[in-house]
Amino acid sequence: MLNLGYCKGSMSTASSGGVSDQFPAGLRVLVVDDDPTCLVILEKMLRICLYEVTKCNRAEIALSLLRENRNGYDIVISDVHMPDMDGFKLLELIGLEMDLPVIMMSADDGKNVVMKGVTHGACDYLIKPIRIEALKNIWQHVVRKKKKNEWKDLEQSGSVEEGGDRQQKQSEDADYSSSANEGSWKNSKRRKDEEEEVDERDDTSTLKKPRVVWSVELHQQFVAAVNQLGIDKAVPKKILELMNVPGLTRENVASHLQKYRLYLRRLSGVSQHQSGMGNSFISTQEATYGSLSSLNGLDLQTLAAASQIPAQSLATLQAAGLGRSTAKPRMPMPIVDQRNLFSFENPKLRFGEGQQQHLNNGKQINLLHGIPTTMEPKQLANMHHSAQSLGSMNMQLNAHGDQSGSLLMQMSQQQSRGQILNEATSSQVPRLPSSIGQPIVNNALASGVLARNGLAESGRGTGFNPVSQSSSTMNFPLNTTAELTATSFALGSAPGVPSLTSKGMFPEEISSEIKGPGGFIMPSYDIFSDLQHHRSHDWELQNAGMTFNGSQQSNSLQSNVDVASSVLAHQGFSSSQSNGQGRNISAVGKPMFSAGDATDHVNAQSLGQPLNNFFAENLVRVKTERVPDASLQTTLFNEQFGQEDLMSALLKQQQQQQAGIGPAENEFDFDGYSLDNIPV
Amino acid sequence: MERTRLRRQVALTRQSLFDQGFLDEQFIQLEDLQDDANPNFVEEVVTLYYRDSARLITNIEKALEKNSLDFNKLDGFMHQFKGSSSSIGAKKVKAECTLFREYCRAGNGEGLPHLSVQGLNGFAWIHTSCRCTRTFQQIKKEYATLKRKLEAYFQVVRQAGPAETACWPK
Repeated sequence: MLNLGYCKGSMSTASSGGVSDQFPAGLRVLVVDDDPTCLVILEKMLRICLYEVTKCNRAEIALSLLRENRNGYDIVISDVHMPDMDGFKLLELIGLEMDLPVIMMSADDGKNVVMKGVTHGACDYLIKPIRIEALKNIWQHVVRKKKKNEWKDLEQSGSVEEGGDRQQKQSEDADYSSSANEGSWKNSKRRKDEEEEVDERDDTSTLKKPRVVWSVELHQQFVAAVNQLGIDKAVPKKILELMNVPGLTRENVASHLQKYRLYLRRLSGVSQHQSGMGNSFISTQEATYGSLSSLNGLDLQTLAAASQIPAQSLATLQAAGLGRSTAKPRMPMPIVDQRNLFSFENPKLRFGEGQQQHLNNGKQINLLHGIPTTMEPKQLANMHHSAQSLGSMNMQLNAHGDQSGSLLMQMSQQQSRGQILNEATSSQVPRLPSSIGQPIVNNALASGVLARNGLAESGRGTGFNPVSQSSSTMNFPLNTTAELTATSFALGSAPGVPSLTSKGMFPEEISSEIKGPGGFIMPSYDIFSDLQHHRSHDWELQNAGMTFNGSQQSNSLQSNVDVASSVLAHQGFSSSQSNGQGRNISAVGKPMFSAGDATDHVNAQSLGQPLNNFFAENLVRVKTERVPDASLQTTLFNEQFGQEDLMSALLKQQQQQQAGIGPAENEFDFDGYSLDNIPV
Repeated sequence: MERTRLRRQVALTRQSLFDQGFLDEQFIQLEDLQDDANPNFVEEVVTLYYRDSARLITNIEKALEKNSLDFNKLDGFMHQFKGSSSSIGAKKVKAECTLFREYCRAGNGEGLPHLSVQGLNGFAWIHTSCRCTRTFQQIKKEYATLKRKLEAYFQVVRQAGPAETACWPK
């Protein structure tokens, strides 16, 4: 149906089925570089490769060449640094207007720049000086793109009704087939996008109407309008009104908006994938957990095969988790890493690198895909309902600050129920790694709520030596002010629950309304429990009491400080060892459950620099070896950290409120209270 | 006989450029690109490089004359210069460019986490500026030396005749 015209002209020999002998001779390459020396060398190299070369030294020229002859080129090679237009901008525009593969090149081999290229949609990144060997291979990008589009066409020719099921199935396949099959994963994603907008696309691809040339300025106006409206609320009519450009029609805007959305999704696809890779990187680093790490290899499929988890649950998991694009790359991630991500990866994700911020927009779109943006608690509960039997959820929601508190309460409640259900399911509770949301940086008042939940348990044998671990972390970066004063919430909890005896965990997160540029971190009250079954009820009551305490604590804190501060709550829980009733429960997690909560409180000027990362690690070790009968030791460790940087950044507000912050001597430090040795 | 002597001289001169670290393998890439269509490709590219980079050198000189160094700008210029230099295989020039860019980054506070841009104290800043200036002198020296050497080399190549340029000992 859609012929994107890659096979026109000299490329026509390379038709869909096979590749001719001449191919890739005659590949039409557009080279853009402001450096004449490089340009001449590149041109020569490409000619020796028998490609058809067009060179230009300005990005604007390249763009107009491409616009004049949309089907005139197969691939673009562009320098990153150019005086008239940043190479990434060109890349973005090409990605937006024509679906051409673009290779970026630069003498700059910094990881950040390369990453930026990839996340902007470059199909390759070549480091100068370019060697001819690298250019001999570039045709593969053309073929890859072409194949992708063929697949897409194929998909579109099917009926839309069928498409839904098929797509679901294929995306599952993509999830399980291989750990890093970027191609298929992206393909399925692309297809999904295509299907959704198949009608519109057919309209726009015909190009019969007079086409508006989207200059850089016009596009920037457009992006500004979209950002102002919010990507999900941006409708062509409103964008048109905001842009206020004479001659521009609603249809023009609609078409451009649709391309822009596709583009954003493509980008977010890439970034998602990266995140997934990052996670697995962490996982290898954290392979110090002995037997646990050996369990990491288990994925849900395996578990399903072993009938450790009801098929129904698995299906629900797929529907709830995998069905959303956010969860895909992370499914195999072991739960052990949840905590580590929380303490290590998380700040980086949020503020570590400039490109992250750049991506935020795209990510947000993707993550919110299929999820209503302003989510009512009820809706959330509904969503949760589907996930609750899994005890694992992945949710990224975009809510207003004052809403998030109640939402999260719901979330955590749902979650704890899920956990219990899981335990009821079987004696060997599979680990259900959940996924981690991405940070959101919002321009205006909307706040991003990042939820990280990991619940997992793993059991071996019949539970006599169960080794289990579960962690649940929640993390809320909130941006509340227009000037991007970032406020982050980190709610962390990492309880360790020996699988057989424990009766669940109840992370309760209480978040408060944010006033001003403050970060407010609430502890989540995780309770490590090592209980016999019949004790659990009492214990729950205990838990409720503690949660109540906690919320009081935080409320008082809030009122004192008026939230012009960043408060870091930090908890470390160790698991416990107990010898009770003939059971040998060794909780591997003893040194493990030191949950490092990091909070970044970054003002706009320091945004992008990981300056204010606190990795506070507290390790609370609880040993319950003393009583064979079940006894609970719970330690809540609640600390607030202030740092000088932070202080100086917030000096003004703090001065006004120095008087009564917290129950401790230092305004940002107060000793946590700990509840020790609570017999249950 | 004379021809053979010249050829040998070409080979020796060329080898010495590599041996003394003036050129790297990228230069061989250029030589490989030389064919019937462009029998003097290497020389053409080198000439183009020297013509174009003169502009960059001037820009950098001007930027370094300023009282307050704009390290971002300097880094940008040097990035371009480094890109061109690496494309022709000017090994020593490229190495000095890399050094220069490191100082630019230091001047920007990058790579020194305890120093922010504003926080770079007077001494460190002046120190960095001096290192930039000194490195740039070194760059210009290497750049000029290479130019002289290459010019001499191409002269011998031309004397030896076109056949020589088309087939380098691989």
